[in-house]
Amino acid sequence: MTKKHIEARFLLNWPGFSLDIDLTLPGRGVSALFGQSGSGKTTLLRCLAGLERAGEGFLSFKGEIWQNGKTWLPPHRRPIGYVFQEASLFPHLTVLNNLQYGQKRIPTARQSDFDPIIDLFGIGHLLDRKPDRLSGGERQRVGIARALAVNPRLLLMDEPLSALDSARKQEILPYLEKLRDRLDIPIVYVSHSPDEVARLADYLVAMDNGKVFAHGPLKETLARIDLPIRLGEETGIVLDAVVAERDAQWHLAKLDFPGGSLWTRDKGIALDRRVRVRVLARDISLARDNREHSSIQNVLPGQVKAIADDEHPGLVLVSVKVGPSVLVARLTKRAAHRLDIEPGQSVWLQIKSVALME
Amino acid sequence: MILSAGDLQAVILTLELALVVTAILFVAGTPIAWWLARTKSRWKGPVGAVVALPLVLPPSVLGFYLLLAMGPNGPVGHLTNALGVDPLPFTFEGLVLASVFYSLPFMVQPLQNAFEAIGDRPLEAAATLRASPLNAFFTVALPLALPGFLTAGVLTFAHTVGEFGVVLMIGGNIPGITRVASVQIYDHVEALEYGEAHSLAAVMLIFSFLVLLTVYAWRPGAKKA
Repeated sequence: MTKKHIEARFLLNWPGFSLDIDLTLPGRGVSALFGQSGSGKTTLLRCLAGLERAGEGFLSFKGEIWQNGKTWLPPHRRPIGYVFQEASLFPHLTVLNNLQYGQKRIPTARQSDFDPIIDLFGIGHLLDRKPDRLSGGERQRVGIARALAVNPRLLLMDEPLSALDSARKQEILPYLEKLRDRLDIPIVYVSHSPDEVARLADYLVAMDNGKVFAHGPLKETLARIDLPIRLGEETGIVLDAVVAERDAQWHLAKLDFPGGSLWTRDKGIALDRRVRVRVLARDISLARDNREHSSIQNVLPGQVKAIADDEHPGLVLVSVKVGPSVLVARLTKRAAHRLDIEPGQSVWLQIKSVALME
Repeated sequence: MILSAGDLQAVILTLELALVVTAILFVAGTPIAWWLARTKSRWKGPVGAVVALPLVLPPSVLGFYLLLAMGPNGPVGHLTNALGVDPLPFTFEGLVLASVFYSLPFMVQPLQNAFEAIGDRPLEAAATLRASPLNAFFTVALPLALPGFLTAGVLTFAHTVGEFGVVLMIGGNIPGITRVASVQIYDHVEALEYGEAHSLAAVMLIFSFLVLLTVYAWRPGAKKA
């Protein structure tokens, strides 16, 4: 068990802030540290990197002890890659020298050709430039490539998109998705954006006030309405689906997920491709019977699992089982009362909109 | 510009002193500046104040204490005595030691500012890229602080060249050994040799201006890089 996981316990007291963590993270996939600013997610990431030293702490990475009592591995001895919020490239070095800086400091046996990384991030034409001649998006791509050039066994990313405007974010996100799919190492990703988390994460760690209040596999954790993960309008779940059918006449694609299928606009994704689908709670309505005459195309039968209060006193969240999958709907309390919704009841889910995340 | 043999000797001695002092301070001042820029210790304030003292202290006060320290009953005097070396006052070495103290803030403060301006981030990035703290200092902090080193070096050099009070207290006025240009000018004026004083003073004025011009003209370019 411990050989495959990251086990972290940190106790840190600063004036006005304390971190109290006891967490086990999976040894593969993307773990998102999610929370508002000031929740301690960056501090936790820095503790994992060794950039911050918690007075009391324990950290084992796949069975290797990095911190335990007086034992403490300094950051330059940890097999990590770290991506900062701002790319933090060395301004006096060219892009190539930045990439080589870490690469030439790792044991020759672990050194690998970084041409594939340069290709993956599309930075081949920038190698001779100094960082001040790069755009924000280019800088961050180089920053990520530089962290990967040390062939890390753990990749730590501190809100790598937050310093970018939304166009640049859309430019980088596909690279991150490619990275997640190709990389065999665990990634710990700090974010305060529900959208990024929904697109990238496999495992969710929700933090508030220096503490972890919920963690678990992304799909299950998002579907748990008993947790105070306050996402507001962004409350919703993600499903893993496969493109099962493409309807040329209506330009629609059918996505099969465990328990049902959904129709969405055809974005040209090939058949049989695995995709991630995000369904927001505000886009699901519940009905007691299946009305045929409606503009809503996606209507699924389900069974109410649980009901919980939402942030606003007039709203409730209802989790509904659709086969093995769980979706979450947001209703007004009055509607829930009128529909007489209670656990175990059969309902119809009317899904207005589905976000496909390739 | 016609300088007499004595004037020339004084100028050469001055440049020699300034070069040696600047070289010593590059080595001694850098770690102090680094420590001051990065420490969270409560000793930062007191150490910073001690380093800055020569900025406000009359050179004669500093020179007086250094003279006592180097004298036969002072701690430095005991040390030179125990080592079987001649006492330091009225020697070139004594001048060097005194000037190192006197010019210390001119080396440390620009370096400290340069190191502080770099911030933690590049060094953290270096650490996550497997560079040890020492390695990160030489490969990241040093190149990034290069303009600061230039400023610090030039200011230290120029300040040592312009020294007068401390020299008089420690070194006195021995031709070829401790008689630097500023003392030489003083001697000329005392002897009412205004022509000679003019020549040497003009050399010093032009030299100082050129040095400062180099620093100020170079700086904006350095910022861009």
